[in-house]
Amino acid sequence: MDLDPEGIFRDDSDSESELYEEKEPTKELAVYLIDASPKMFAPITALENGNKETYFHVAIDCIAQSLKSQIIGRSYDEVALCFFNTKEKKNLQDVNGVYVFNVMERELIDRPSAKLIKEFSSIEDKFMSTIGSRYGVLPGSRENSLYNALWVAQALLRKGSVKTSSKRILIFTNDDDPFGSMTGALKADMIRTTTQRAKDAQDLGISFELLRLSRPDEEFNVSMFYADMIGLEGTDISQFLPSASEKLEDMKDQLRKRIFKKRKVRTLIFSIANGISIQVNTYALIRPTLPGAIMWLDSVTNLPLQTERSFICADTGALIQEPSKLFHPYKNQMVQFSKDQILEVKKVSNSHLRLLGFKPLDCLKDYHNLRPSTFIFPTDEEIIGSTCIFIALYRSMLRLKRFAFAFYGKSSNPRLVALVAQDEIISSSGQVEPPGMHMIYLPYSDDVRHVEELHGTGDAIAPRATDDQIKKASALMRRIDLKDFSVCQFANPALQRHYGILQALALDEDEMPDIKDETLPDEEGLARPGVVRVLEEFKIAVYGENHDQEEADSLSMRGSRSEASRKRKEMAETAERESSRYNWADLAESGQLKDLTVIELKYYLTAHNLPVTGKKEALISRILTHLGK
Amino acid sequence: MARNKESLVLLIDVGPSIHSVLQDVEDVCSMLVQKKLIFSKSDEVGIVLFGTEDTNNELEKEVGGYEHVAVLRDIRVVDDDAVVVLKNLPRGTFPVLDAIVVGMDMLIKKFGVSDKGKKRLYLITDAQFPTKEPYEGTKEDQVDTISQQMKILGIRLNCLIIREKLSTEHLGAFDENDKLLDQFSRKAMAKTVHVDCATSLLGAIKTRNVVPVTVFRGDLELSSMMKIKVWVYKKTSEEKFPTLKKYSDKAPASDKFATHEVKVDFEYKSSQDPDKVVPPEQRIKGYRYGPQVVPISSAEWEAVKFKPEKGVKLLGFTDASNILRHYYMRDVYIFIPEPGNTKAIIAVSALAKAMKEMNKYAVLRCVWRQGQGNVSVGVLTPNLSSTDNIPDSFYFNILPFAEDVREFQFPSFSSFPSAWQPDQQQQEAADDLVRMLDLAPSDRKEVLQPDYTPNPVLERFYQFLHLKSKAPEIDVPQLDRSLKRIAEPDPDFLSRHNSIVNNFQERFELKENPKKKKLSRRAWREKPSGSNDEKVGVDGEVPKVQSSSLKKSLSSLEVEKIGDLNPVQDFEAMMARRDSSKWITEAIKDMQHYIYHLLENSYEGNSCPKAIECLMALRKGCILEQEPKEFNRFMLDMCEKFRRSDLADFLELLYSKKITLISKSEAADSDLTEEEAKNLPIKVEDSSE
Repeated sequence: MDLDPEGIFRDDSDSESELYEEKEPTKELAVYLIDASPKMFAPITALENGNKETYFHVAIDCIAQSLKSQIIGRSYDEVALCFFNTKEKKNLQDVNGVYVFNVMERELIDRPSAKLIKEFSSIEDKFMSTIGSRYGVLPGSRENSLYNALWVAQALLRKGSVKTSSKRILIFTNDDDPFGSMTGALKADMIRTTTQRAKDAQDLGISFELLRLSRPDEEFNVSMFYADMIGLEGTDISQFLPSASEKLEDMKDQLRKRIFKKRKVRTLIFSIANGISIQVNTYALIRPTLPGAIMWLDSVTNLPLQTERSFICADTGALIQEPSKLFHPYKNQMVQFSKDQILEVKKVSNSHLRLLGFKPLDCLKDYHNLRPSTFIFPTDEEIIGSTCIFIALYRSMLRLKRFAFAFYGKSSNPRLVALVAQDEIISSSGQVEPPGMHMIYLPYSDDVRHVEELHGTGDAIAPRATDDQIKKASALMRRIDLKDFSVCQFANPALQRHYGILQALALDEDEMPDIKDETLPDEEGLARPGVVRVLEEFKIAVYGENHDQEEADSLSMRGSRSEASRKRKEMAETAERESSRYNWADLAESGQLKDLTVIELKYYLTAHNLPVTGKKEALISRILTHLGK
Repeated sequence: MARNKESLVLLIDVGPSIHSVLQDVEDVCSMLVQKKLIFSKSDEVGIVLFGTEDTNNELEKEVGGYEHVAVLRDIRVVDDDAVVVLKNLPRGTFPVLDAIVVGMDMLIKKFGVSDKGKKRLYLITDAQFPTKEPYEGTKEDQVDTISQQMKILGIRLNCLIIREKLSTEHLGAFDENDKLLDQFSRKAMAKTVHVDCATSLLGAIKTRNVVPVTVFRGDLELSSMMKIKVWVYKKTSEEKFPTLKKYSDKAPASDKFATHEVKVDFEYKSSQDPDKVVPPEQRIKGYRYGPQVVPISSAEWEAVKFKPEKGVKLLGFTDASNILRHYYMRDVYIFIPEPGNTKAIIAVSALAKAMKEMNKYAVLRCVWRQGQGNVSVGVLTPNLSSTDNIPDSFYFNILPFAEDVREFQFPSFSSFPSAWQPDQQQQEAADDLVRMLDLAPSDRKEVLQPDYTPNPVLERFYQFLHLKSKAPEIDVPQLDRSLKRIAEPDPDFLSRHNSIVNNFQERFELKENPKKKKLSRRAWREKPSGSNDEKVGVDGEVPKVQSSSLKKSLSSLEVEKIGDLNPVQDFEAMMARRDSSKWITEAIKDMQHYIYHLLENSYEGNSCPKAIECLMALRKGCILEQEPKEFNRFMLDMCEKFRRSDLADFLELLYSKKITLISKSEAADSDLTEEEAKNLPIKVEDSSE
């Protein structure tokens, strides 16, 4: 299997395979428990424009979206979709009020498929008729649908070992008090058994995530019931407070962000000085998403093919085992290395991450970059006190506007790195930038190229813009200003198209999807009179009044009189003149062509626009062919 | 290859003031030649030394003057010889700086005026000594004449000036020389680089010449009516570790023309019938979509896939603060205005300066080539040129798409429990550390600037390659001192700020989490030292010991003998040396002698504890290095020797410390069983009675 076979996601020859070596360590199994009680079908009142979206709709929408990105990014993760507080029941345990949603050819908990996403996205239309909603916990009944739902979810998560996979239950609800309608001993009993069930699940290594949909009129009070159930204490609750925002978009945003669990890439020891070492986790917050690996199939059966690799000695043709020796040519010699030696050469540091010192932020230039950065967050898991030191350094670095300069001694490719402290940024929709440090991979001198020096202006001083020109450029900048530009606001059109096509094919749809390319410039905006005016002014300021005319002139000049074309024309003229001196037909007839020199033969060829390459015989035969002989 | 052939003359100062760094100069120059041997075999190299005792150059013979300038090698195609010569530069005694003319003369004589090939002079000096007054005119005039000449001939000049420390006595000469070299930079195609330590010396010379290729030439479209002609190049591009070929030893040794190469062959087999090979034309690509695999032929795919139009288009400008540094995704491009196009140069300059003033960046959408299957969106940042004759330009970094960002949520630091929050004193200690461990102090040059820091792995590999071509059995060389400065903090630097570091260390408490098993205890307790030799002293956790032991280990870098001070450490260091296998035998032998020496000079057993310690180290070392017989033989010898003497006590001590012979279970080479191994002291005891 090879990644990106056509190289469409590379824009030049450099291979980037090393970037992707950071594999996610485990796969995740998640059960989405979606509350389907009538409360969820209430419209969200905060909408001004009259659109009535229900909480249920928001939940379904967010889940469908995250499934879509999951199928692209981490398709090995498995999910189960499960409603509770339903009229109908569908589950292996055959308990009431729980409905496990699924499609054909799929296990209950499995990787998401195109069909699942499609059916799930449109479930709302027929939900009432097929599954139905009702209150799960009603006075006078001993039925406890939340308890049932936890039981079903836990049973679903029995698949897979805890060691190789992480397991989560995500609960989507807008009801902070599921047992509100109950009273007395029965209520206490229900709360106790439900909490116990949740604790049991947690003991089995299942973690809980509560995605609450807060209602504008009343705050979702976690401490009513859920704090107890999922085991939140003191400080955790404060982290759990819903943000003040009531905007629907923000709610969606918050849900979307929290659906994905964060995964660390590695745990590193960060040596500071004098044997002080702290522990940090690294996370890959930014990595290019590529179309998945391709597989070779047998075009007759459409079944996957197995690839077998064999090594063949180029000299003898013998089949050999994978050789343990490598070589590099040097001075007509083949210098051999063992794999261990290569490893040893690469090992220049025994430590993971080693502090060398600090530098002011302006020492980090824009061209000091090679690959996506890695995020660092402290952990006290094994070394207690790590977080404290990390925070202290982090705050100092932020205040003093300095970055830490360190050596990252990874065995495959050790690098100098800059650790840049990033302050936490919070918007109404939650955290935008987490607090921590970003590790930026720096180039070595071998990696930096000084191309600008190649195109200097010699001893002439390079022209610089005048103040007026700069002013015009500033005006332009004010006009064409992307105010709320956020770095990742564009979807990758190539990737969207790739998966759009695959989705259509996977679902046997005939029509190819039309993917909008969001990265195209806003032609309309650029054509507004105000923008056109500043552009025009800038153009005149830097290019002069008659730029277009001059350009056109120089283009036509270049067309007729550029050095190369003039030469070519001259040659053609000479050739024609020279060529006309011979009577080619006669020469050919009498077989005297071979008595001419190659230069003379070429006159004919050039005059008749024929290729002039090849040996003399080839030239002669070309002439004969052209003469029709 | 010959198209880009370069003729290079190295002009190397070997005068007395440069001797301290001459070793590094040798290294970097030989690396330069080595890389030429690999990457551009037809380049030519000449070497001129100045400051030498002898004089040997044609100019001196022809016109006189130019003393103490020696042509070490005429300009000719690179060969191994050049490396050897450069590795062993003579140390000169005379301070002169007249080599440029000699080098130029060599180039002219060799190529004449008309030759269009690339010609370069590389001047390496500390420019400490004054230049001689020319016979006529001023020095400035002379520089003018020379640079005029160089321009006509198309000779480039690179100057590398080494300033480790400024000595006041030469300041005048410094200034003058700097001025003269500056004049060169202005007048001719010259570039001057100043370095101040050995590490940046290694990085300052581009040892490999990569011919830059444009990624894109065409319009930067601000809109459909306003376009700027630009050329786009890579500004950074990772130089990868060379791909080594697999070696096949199947060819008979007698075959001189054997390529020893290995071909890798792929066969595709049906998953149902593993014996059936499916021919290439019967294969079809399958793309994964979740659990499904969707088969599509290349032709079909071609018809539907994303095909953007070539072009570089402006999306808009935005505040620099909207684009955080860590979003830069890849290696960096540079946009330069079309060379020679004054309008483009001015337009770029106007935009770049306005961007700088207003603190704005531009967002672009780029498709470099027609037929490219994707687009990139990135940020254009201004790069105002500090040199007169280089136009302003832009850097361009790729930004992530929505799919590339994972919005993981992390807790705020302020929400952490108070035990995790640094108190005021701790915060101050951290402030001091961040402020004082300053690698870019205002009064000195920035240390380890990426532009001047070589890749230690590549340096080491090419050194190893060269050594191995001479002696195939050689082990991987140690990391040079100057390269080590890249991977580890400078001990001098640390010891200068010892109090700050100590204060920091005292303020914070670190301990292992008792609930977690010592998962990575080794890792964080382990002394993080640069390579194998340094288990001694360096970075000990006790700061006071550290600085002294650091200096020791630096001055003598490699332990060659077991000393009286730290015999065990010396022994371990010797055992750990990897530059030659002889050190292990040496270390064992040395240790045995040392133990005998201790015991024989022992007064009433006063050195017995130390001897025991050494013996235990020796035992451990012998197990580690699979030399059990060495140890066992030594033990038996010792018992034999001492059991009749008054040192029999020592043997008893051995018994009580349970130091036994090495058994088979500990080291496979031993031929003693565990029982037999234990037997030794008892036997001794018996006989000693």
